[in-house]
Amino acid sequence: MAALLEIAGLEVRFGPVRAVDGVSLDVAPGPFGLGLVGESGSGKSTIGRAVLRLVPAAAGRIRFDGTDVAGLSGRELRDYRRAVQIVFQDPDNTLDPRMRVGPAIAEALAAHGIVPRREAGPRVRELLEEVGLDPDFASRYPHQLSGGQRQRVAIARALSVQPRLLVLDEPTSALDVRAQARILELIGRLRGERRLAYLLITHNLAVVSELCEQIAVLYLGRVAESGPTAELLAAPAHPYTRALRSAVPEIAASARAARIVLHGEPPDATSPPSGCVFHPRCPLAIDRCAVEVPSLRPIAPGRLVACHRAAEVLAGIEMPERSGAVAPGAVEPGTVAPGTVEPGTVAPGAVEPGAVEPGAVASGTVASDAEPSDAEPSDAAQAGAAQPAPPSAPQG
Amino acid sequence: MRFGARAVVDLDHLGVDDGEIVGLAGESGSGKSMTTLAVLGLANTVGATVAGSIKLDGTELVGLPEKVLIGLRGSRIAAIFQSPSMAFNPVFRVGDVALRALRRHGLTGSEATDRVDQAMRGVLLSPDLLRRYPSQLSGGQLQRVAIALAVALRAEVLLADEPTSALDVTVQAEVLELLRELRSRDGMSVLFISHDLAVIAELCDRVAVMQSGSIVEQGPAGQIMSAPEHPYTADLLASVPVIERRA
Repeated sequence: MAALLEIAGLEVRFGPVRAVDGVSLDVAPGPFGLGLVGESGSGKSTIGRAVLRLVPAAAGRIRFDGTDVAGLSGRELRDYRRAVQIVFQDPDNTLDPRMRVGPAIAEALAAHGIVPRREAGPRVRELLEEVGLDPDFASRYPHQLSGGQRQRVAIARALSVQPRLLVLDEPTSALDVRAQARILELIGRLRGERRLAYLLITHNLAVVSELCEQIAVLYLGRVAESGPTAELLAAPAHPYTRALRSAVPEIAASARAARIVLHGEPPDATSPPSGCVFHPRCPLAIDRCAVEVPSLRPIAPGRLVACHRAAEVLAGIEMPERSGAVAPGAVEPGTVAPGTVEPGTVAPGAVEPGAVEPGAVASGTVASDAEPSDAEPSDAAQAGAAQPAPPSAPQG
Repeated sequence: MRFGARAVVDLDHLGVDDGEIVGLAGESGSGKSMTTLAVLGLANTVGATVAGSIKLDGTELVGLPEKVLIGLRGSRIAAIFQSPSMAFNPVFRVGDVALRALRRHGLTGSEATDRVDQAMRGVLLSPDLLRRYPSQLSGGQLQRVAIALAVALRAEVLLADEPTSALDVTVQAEVLELLRELRSRDGMSVLFISHDLAVIAELCDRVAVMQSGSIVEQGPAGQIMSAPEHPYTADLLASVPVIERRA
């Protein structure tokens, strides 16, 4: 099946900063969800904006239904912008505080010539009902609604023009957990009813786990790892994915994985680290990581990963939990004992049989790649402390 | 607590023991943040009146004159909020804000500098960051500077009002770890306010669940998470997204 949206080699620059640096992703026709996951500054929102042509692509190609989006203008661009809609984190920035909910939705219908503004009433009521709101809310102002209700209005307005692809940019991050649960439920229902395809942008892996078939984990504008959601979460192949996964707070004590705390901030995108951009924060970094950029390569069916030690990570190598108890200055790089990786710590049982492409993990690979003497984690505390965070860094 | 005739918070009893982390859970509008303001003696600044009793180590806080409260705020009871950028004046370097607070509480210039530097290291930040303006720090760094200030002031009780809700999950994990450590290292007591029960489950010894200004359930965190008695608690628990564990 041909992809609905194809992103190939996308680059977005803000001055000297490469906010997105060579990202390729596919979104299948709906119902289908692709989760874009990463921290602030990972480029996930910028990708969403580039898809909508809200920011220009410096290189690469975005195709929708086989057509290059960059070449669109006039009527075609209008049609494209109708077919692709965005829902932002904060509905307050989307809704005009002085405009009642009904007219706000009718405006979208009229702008795309779907229903004349004056006759939009019944359609607006239907849309409000579809997103689980009382149709009488049409006469309310945004401030008379709760945050979750406002987000539903934003979704109703995006849906009003019958889009084929939604970009959902942290749609629940500003909401209470109960409101979040209801919005996620709504997205799940709409994807089936409307056969929607969407890009779901979030920093929380738990949010994508139910709603997305595929996940792409982004770090500093690059894809660290991508693949089918269930498999990727069951056995991450990138240390960053593991850390992200372990950072999700869990209610059940039994479900809590050993927390891998990443110290320091994501690096400054104006001067990305050499080699693998994740290496200064990576608990498994070896000498090679500081020098050689890992290419995004297949590791299992449908799964891509950019990590020199991916095979070991996939096989369940133990990752040191680094304790925050270490005060910077007190620690010399060599003294961080937990960073020492022993070949024997690989737990083969952690990998489901069949999850790994035959030959992808040769038994010898694990032992030969894990050189205890080379496992020299950078001093996380110092890295964190020394990390400049210039105001110019774009927010992801 | 009341706004005019309208009671917004009606707490029966909520206690935080020495070196204990207590979670206060509830949604927007449940009265969690108003409770923080009441403890800080700041309820009047939003037009609310407080009745009842709030005791710090046996001392009654309700009705204390502002002059006395100023001395307590910061030095004995510190607070951090959801948006750390609101806690720092954008036109001052964060270090100047911190030093000023310490001098306000009677430290000399050099004592204050030493304390702040030490506290910064305690929250795993380089004291160099003190020379930055708030806009030059990330949200996670700024929140840690706010925590460092509470540490430098040797506060006994930390009121943490949704301190990680605006942060990435990875940074959240780091801040939670830091709070845990402050408790074990400095014996700091923490009242941790959040709408996210999963965060509370990870951090807190005890939990109180608030709905519409009242505590509907409280008890040991493990017990409440595994066997909630109140339907509202169960509902909050069911709302937390979890990573699906498929066979």
